[in-house]
Amino acid sequence: MIPDLLVRHGARLLHGLLITLELVAISGVIGALLAIPLTIGRLSKNRFVSALAFGYVYFFRGTPLLAQLFLVYYGVGEFAGQYAPQLKAMGLWVYLRDAFYYAVLAFALNTAAYQAEIFRGAISSVARGQWEAALSLGLHRLPLLWKVIAPQAAIVALRPLGNELILLIKASAIASIVTVLDLMGETRLAFSRSYDLSIYFYAAILYLVMVEVIRRLWNAMDRRLTRHLRRESRPTPTEAAGLVPVIE
Amino acid sequence: MADLLQLLSYGPTGWGDEILSGASLTVRLALATLPVGLLLGFLLALARRSRARFLRGFSEVFSTVFRGIPELLMIFIIYFGGQKLLQFIVSRFSDSPVEVNAFVAGMIALGLIHAAYSGEVFTAAFNAIPSGQWEGGAAIGLRKFQVMRLIIFPQLVRLALPALANLWLVLIKDTAYVSAIALNDLLRQTSVAVGTTKEPFFFYAVACLLYLLMSIVSSVGISAIERWSERSQRGRATVRVSAEAAI
Amino acid sequence: MRILTGLATATVLAAFAVGPVMAKDWTTVRIAMDATYPPFESLDASSQIVGFDKDIADALCAQMKVTCEFTNQAWDGIIPGLLANKYDAILSSMSITEERKQQIDFTAKYYNTPPAIAVPSDSPLKGVTAEDLKGITLGAQTATTHSNYAQAHFPDAELKIYPSPDEYKLDLSNGRLDAAIDDVVVLDEWTKSDAGKCCKILGVLPVDPVINGAGAGVGIRKEDTDLKAAFDKAIEAIRADGTYKKINDKYFSFDAYGS
Repeated sequence: MIPDLLVRHGARLLHGLLITLELVAISGVIGALLAIPLTIGRLSKNRFVSALAFGYVYFFRGTPLLAQLFLVYYGVGEFAGQYAPQLKAMGLWVYLRDAFYYAVLAFALNTAAYQAEIFRGAISSVARGQWEAALSLGLHRLPLLWKVIAPQAAIVALRPLGNELILLIKASAIASIVTVLDLMGETRLAFSRSYDLSIYFYAAILYLVMVEVIRRLWNAMDRRLTRHLRRESRPTPTEAAGLVPVIE
Repeated sequence: MADLLQLLSYGPTGWGDEILSGASLTVRLALATLPVGLLLGFLLALARRSRARFLRGFSEVFSTVFRGIPELLMIFIIYFGGQKLLQFIVSRFSDSPVEVNAFVAGMIALGLIHAAYSGEVFTAAFNAIPSGQWEGGAAIGLRKFQVMRLIIFPQLVRLALPALANLWLVLIKDTAYVSAIALNDLLRQTSVAVGTTKEPFFFYAVACLLYLLMSIVSSVGISAIERWSERSQRGRATVRVSAEAAI
Repeated sequence: MRILTGLATATVLAAFAVGPVMAKDWTTVRIAMDATYPPFESLDASSQIVGFDKDIADALCAQMKVTCEFTNQAWDGIIPGLLANKYDAILSSMSITEERKQQIDFTAKYYNTPPAIAVPSDSPLKGVTAEDLKGITLGAQTATTHSNYAQAHFPDAELKIYPSPDEYKLDLSNGRLDAAIDDVVVLDEWTKSDAGKCCKILGVLPVDPVINGAGAGVGIRKEDTDLKAAFDKAIEAIRADGTYKKINDKYFSFDAYGS
């Protein structure tokens, strides 16, 4: 027996769920790409470059994502609007008028700052001796980073990255405030027609399921990445603690 | 630029006073929420260590649910649903209607979310304290509560502090979610100003800078508190529970 | 541990600032408005609610000899807030519709004006039929008769839903929206103001009685029949004694009460 409420709004909720997944996947990947130059900037010995990267990270971690989204959607939209005819001629206007792409931009800029901090922390956690040993073997910088440092850093970065993904899924709900009909947007729309609170509980369950799936996926990945550290049946330190979304 | 600054002036033509009153509400909300979140979080951590399976289970479920649902959704549920629940409870004792204002609703919603996170921090900090500390306390004849108060708690605070400080910074930012209900916080007042002046970029940038200022001031305060709590550890290698350690 | 559980419960309850609210003798009536809807209700620069609805509310409260307290409440929470007893009445240009009547009750209407479509001044759009508006991006406020109207009558337009009119006005002026739908009076006031210079009214829409209902009324909880009766009597009284006309003429050059 399916509740009447789900019959009427279920299909729309699932469509919203799809939009949420798209939103998170696209902005998560773009954020990771942006995080690479940021991490390099943060670790750079050039004081100007590292200050710039630090300023970026500090700004995006020190202000609410909702304020950043408003700044991007209405602030940048204001400038885009002034050049609408030119942008239309270039064929870019289709993207610049759609709230979805502004949400992607805001989320990508934000998660890039957090991911850069995760990468930086992970790289710094690799013992100095590893660098020195690799250098003394005559490895060049790039293969050194890729073959020696990255695999060790990845183990450290994996769980914080999982947490960041979970936080991004949760944060994506605010896209509904700037007209994106993601899961939260469809839920609010359904609520505004029915005033039935249970629609919010259905949405809450869908979000919980998404978070749980990510958590299990990450536990599996962690087991695989740390399989060389395991002795008999003892759990790895990270496994023992379990993956939970922790705010950093 | 001068026209824009004019918009930030005090008085009936400028938005400076509205935005500052919004900022003050943001700070008050965060300050009022902090003790609620910390106390409930501490109780959750105690429940997690309890021998009663019911309490352990409750703490686990609470933590999973409140950290797995978007803050915005949680605030809607508590704002719209919390009142109904309260009405239901109170109606069994008396006929008079009760009222939860938007500030209290925001405080409860944010407090519950932050209890879930600080509960994890306290749990990790408890786990970092060697069991010898409890045994040692018991060996010199202290009662359980005294061991907690005199031996465990001071260490707990020192271990948990960095992660809790981090949660405070998150809490300041999370107050922005209450602008979506009916509270005239910094972000909502900014939106009102934008609605009238049509200067979105300028006003939202000002709002971001004000949030940033709150973060910077907090960071300075946090470093001072951390130095104070580490004073017993000077010269020793320190073990801390960082946010990562709680993962 | 039992003490702990008790302590937790006590803390939670204490946090709820529980207090009885004087309500049923109606010496004080708490009224909610969403002050984003000029000329009906908006905030002035000193954060006071002003507008047609506010003046009507003041007149009704004087007529009923009660003190009125005003709350500014975001629109999509305004009916849940009434049901949750955060206030006693909604006087915020809320149309009397069947959908809403399932949740709350309404007084008789106190004004009735049709919906309209606004577009940028250089818009190529010619008319306001479903055919004319095919494929455009149309903005509306959430949980309004206007957003329902757009869903029902312009299924081929892409509907964007905003929390308040302020946001769709921004997006209409920066060109993200091709058109917006709202009350003709609201759009008229805006397009004549400085902020609305970008845009013009394309046309007034035919009223759909099922969606638009019978004009705007005061929203009341279903059980408060005495309050509804008092408001109804007061509306009749200010219509009869000329108070309504005075307020009407302050804002409009026509009779907003409608026929």
